[in-house]
Amino acid sequence: MIEDETWGSKRVNRSHGQIRAEALFKRSLVIIGFSMLVLVLGILLTLIIESIPSLKHLGVKYLWGKTWDPVNNVYGAFPFLLGTLLTSFLALIISIPFSFAIAIYLGEYNPKGWLSNFLKNTVELIAAVPSVIYGFWGLIVLVPMVRALETKLGVLPYGIGIFTAALILAIMIIPYAASLGREMIRLVPSPLKEAAYSLGATRFEVIRNVVLPYTRSGLFAGILLSLGRALGETMAVTMVIGNTSLIPTSIFAPGNTMASVIANEFTEADHTVYLSALIELGLVLFIVTVIINMAGKRIIKRFTNE
Amino acid sequence: MNVHVKYRVAKSKLAQAVIVLLAFIITLPLLAIIIYIFREGITRINWTFLTHIPKPVGETGGGIVNALIGSVLIVLAASVMAIPIGVMGGIYLSENKNSRLSYWSRLAVDVLQGVPSIVIGIVVYFWIVKPIGSFSAFSGSVALAIMMLPILIRSTEETLKLIPDSLKEAGLALGLPYHKVILRVIVPCGMSGIISGIMLSIARIAGETAPLLFTAFGNPYLNTNLAKPMQSLPLLIFNYATSPYDEWHDLAWGAALILLFTVLLLNIITKLTTRRWNVQL
Repeated sequence: MIEDETWGSKRVNRSHGQIRAEALFKRSLVIIGFSMLVLVLGILLTLIIESIPSLKHLGVKYLWGKTWDPVNNVYGAFPFLLGTLLTSFLALIISIPFSFAIAIYLGEYNPKGWLSNFLKNTVELIAAVPSVIYGFWGLIVLVPMVRALETKLGVLPYGIGIFTAALILAIMIIPYAASLGREMIRLVPSPLKEAAYSLGATRFEVIRNVVLPYTRSGLFAGILLSLGRALGETMAVTMVIGNTSLIPTSIFAPGNTMASVIANEFTEADHTVYLSALIELGLVLFIVTVIINMAGKRIIKRFTNE
Repeated sequence: MNVHVKYRVAKSKLAQAVIVLLAFIITLPLLAIIIYIFREGITRINWTFLTHIPKPVGETGGGIVNALIGSVLIVLAASVMAIPIGVMGGIYLSENKNSRLSYWSRLAVDVLQGVPSIVIGIVVYFWIVKPIGSFSAFSGSVALAIMMLPILIRSTEETLKLIPDSLKEAGLALGLPYHKVILRVIVPCGMSGIISGIMLSIARIAGETAPLLFTAFGNPYLNTNLAKPMQSLPLLIFNYATSPYDEWHDLAWGAALILLFTVLLLNIITKLTTRRWNVQL
C-alpha cells in the first residue's frame, strides 16, 4: 500500500513538473514574440531620443538647409537628401529594364530547365555578395571606366561620384525586383494567357497585354523593395561616391548620401549637436525605408491573396 | 501570311531576343567580380598571410589573422545569441497565427528586416558602446544578431507552417506535454528548413560592414577578448581598400577573396542541402 502511494505521488509530481514546464515554455514563446515588438520600438525610441538635441537646436529647417559645415556648427541635410534621392532613383532607372527582363524570362519564356536555373542562381548570388566587395571592386574597376567615359563626355573626370554609386547600386538591387517579379508572373492564371493565344496574339502581345497588366501591382512592389534597399545601402556607396558635403551639381559630381555621411562622420562627431544631426539622418532613413518596405509588402500580400 | 502578321511575329521574336539579352547581362558583373577578385586575391594568399597580423604602413608582407579570427568570433557570438531567440520566435509565430500580439510581432519582424544596417549600428552604439564606454566585439555581435533575427524567424515560421497539424495532434493525443510535442516532434521535422535558415542568416551577416563600424570598430592587432575592439574581414577590407597604401590594398584583395568565397560557398551549400532534403520529403 505504502509503496503504491509513493509511486502514485511521484507520478503526480512528475506530471506537475511537466505542466509547469509546459506553462514556462508557452510563456517564454510569448515573451520572445513580445520582445520583437520591444526591439523595434526600442530602435525607433533610441533614434528619436538621440536626435532631440538636433531637433531642438536646428529645428525642422535642418532638413532643407543647404550647407553642412560641422567646423562652424552649420548643419543642413539637403545635400545628403538630394544625394540619396539621386543615387537611388538613378540606380532604380538603370536596374528596372534588367530586373523586368529577368522576371519575364524566368516567369514566362523559360520557367524550367538548366539555363533558367543557372540564371536564377546567378541572381541569388548577386544578392549574396557582401556590399563592401561591390565597393572595393567598384573603386578599382568601375571608377577608371567611369572616368574614361566622363573624359569622353567632356565633364570633369572625377571617376567617383553619384553616377558610379548608382551603377554599383543598380547591380546590387536587381535581384530584389527580379525574383519578386518572377513569382508574380508565375501567378498569372494560364486560362487568361491561353485565351489571348487562341485569339491569335503573339507571345510578346500576350506578355504586353495580359501578363504585365495583370502583374502591374506586384512588379511595382518589387520596385519599392529595391528602392528600400537602395536608400539604406551604405558601404558600397560610401566607397565610390566621393564623400563631399557640397550639393551635387550634376549626376557625375561627387556627393554623399545619408547613409554614407553617417558612416564617414559618426565616429568623428565631437559634439552633441553634430552627433545628433547625424542620428536625425538615421531617423529619417529609418522612417522612409520602413514606410517603403511596408507599402511594398502590403501590395504583395494583397496581390497574392486575390 | 499577310504582311501585318509577319510584322507582328517579327516584333515578338525581336522582343524575346532583347529580353533574353537583357536578362543574361546580369551574369557579366557577377563573373567579372568573381574573376577579378580571384585573380587579384589568389597571389596574395599564402601561409604568412593567414597566420600574421598586418605590418605597419610601408612594410610589405604581413597577414590578416586578426581579421579572420575576429570575424569567426563575432559571427559565432552573434549566432549564439540570435539562433535560440530566432527559432523560438519562429515557433511562436507559427503556433499563434491569429492572436493580436502575433500580428504586431509579425509586423515588427517585417519592419526589422527593412531597417538599414547602418541604423542598427547607430542604435547598438547607444545601447552598449556608450554606456560601457568602449567599442567592443560583443556590441558588434549584438548588432549582427539583430540583423539575423528576421531571417531566422521567417525561415523557421515558414518551415513549421508546412508541417501537418496531424503530427502535433498525434503527439498531444498520446499525452505528451506541449513543449515536448514542439521540441521533439515538430522542430525535428522542420530541422532541414531551420538549419538552412540558420546558414542563410550567417551568410547574410558574415559580410556586413556597416553595423560593425561603430561597434566592433576594428583593431590592427590580434584580439580574442569580446569586450575589446576587434577586427573583422569586412571592416579590414573597407579600411584598407579606401587607404592610399599599396601594401594595404594587397591585404584587402586577399581578404576580399576569402570573404567572397566563404559567403558564396555558404549560399551554395545551403541551396544544395535544401534541395536534397526537399527531394527526400
